[in-house]
Amino acid sequence: MTADMEQTDWAALVMRVRDHQDRAAFAALFRHFAPRVKAFLMKSGASEALAEECAQDVMATLWQKAIQFDPERASVATWVFTIARNRRIDALRKARRPEPEDLTWGPVAEPDQAEVFEAQQDTERLGAALSQLPQKQRALIERAYYGDLSHSEIAAETGLPLGTIKSRIRLALERLRHQMDVKAPVK
Amino acid sequence: MTIKHHLTEDLLMAYSAGNLPQAISLVIAAHLSMCDECRARAMAFDALGGAVIEDDVAAMSDGSLDACLARIDTLPQANARAPRRADGILPAPLFECIGGSLSSVKWRPIGLGARQAILRSSDGQATARLLAIPGGAAMPDHGHSGLELTLVLQGAFHDGEKVFGPGDIEVADASVEHTPVAEAGQVCICLAATQGPLKFNTMMPRLMQPIFRI
Repeated sequence: MTADMEQTDWAALVMRVRDHQDRAAFAALFRHFAPRVKAFLMKSGASEALAEECAQDVMATLWQKAIQFDPERASVATWVFTIARNRRIDALRKARRPEPEDLTWGPVAEPDQAEVFEAQQDTERLGAALSQLPQKQRALIERAYYGDLSHSEIAAETGLPLGTIKSRIRLALERLRHQMDVKAPVK
Repeated sequence: MTIKHHLTEDLLMAYSAGNLPQAISLVIAAHLSMCDECRARAMAFDALGGAVIEDDVAAMSDGSLDACLARIDTLPQANARAPRRADGILPAPLFECIGGSLSSVKWRPIGLGARQAILRSSDGQATARLLAIPGGAAMPDHGHSGLELTLVLQGAFHDGEKVFGPGDIEVADASVEHTPVAEAGQVCICLAATQGPLKFNTMMPRLMQPIFRI
């Protein structure tokens, strides 16, 4: 895990992009996330040129859709991952992934900083757990996210013996479950 | 809505990874629209994706930031958009796939009083369809060569001992030869997706298979 991931408040930078069209904030986000998106897309099977182009698209989408980012729900890394994944599906499969409908609650103008911190913590804890996994298990999970494992391979290969990572997923789940209960008490 | 039958972890992970046939993803997106529990679980798998993406870097070419800054100058930022919501019993992703409400569905009879409508899918890896089974009637007896997901939108069916009501999803693989039967009363409407062709066990439906593409 890099030092700047621990120290930089990425969510605050996205809020500055959203509220002030802040180009310096966008540049900082670009420098951190664009190379990560590019690596992700190359490992997902894109050529370097396509990955570069799509990484630019993903960052432009971050600029355009900043208003849809909910930092109480997801870290910036998680949000960027979902944009990159959807871009990959568009590029490699020429198909759009069906998305669930919108929740009855969504991004608010002034997110609760404690919630934002927790969402960021989820990603950091998962990253730490991932880096501690035996190489073979870690490679399996990464391949799953690079779109390199079919569903039946995921079911057969991992059966999700995710070790420590499972408890970190559970922590993230508990937090999200709590949000669902608090924010959408009636459905 | 009390949902008792949920998605499996491997499906949630594959959906988060974006590596499922579109028809399968459609049924999952429809279930997540109805089930907060599975939605939270799917979001936790997205968080794992966030950790994976933080893991590695590939240098962007020189000038890429400037190019992107020049590009965003020309891009308007999105406004808050109207939330995507269900239309009657159709969760938003299904409504969007159909391109209209339930009354616009073009049903075809498939025998035994049941009707179906095959939905468009951009890849040929799986087929999604809407099913309407009269109360008390059985879905034509079938096994299948791959994964099958069945999501209840209205009414209920039982399969052996298990009862599936609105929002419940049945996950069956090739090893399951099952016979869902609609509960008495309201017509049971389901969204189903099947990987690989269905295999029917009785002569009639097998003869109809090429005609109805079920």
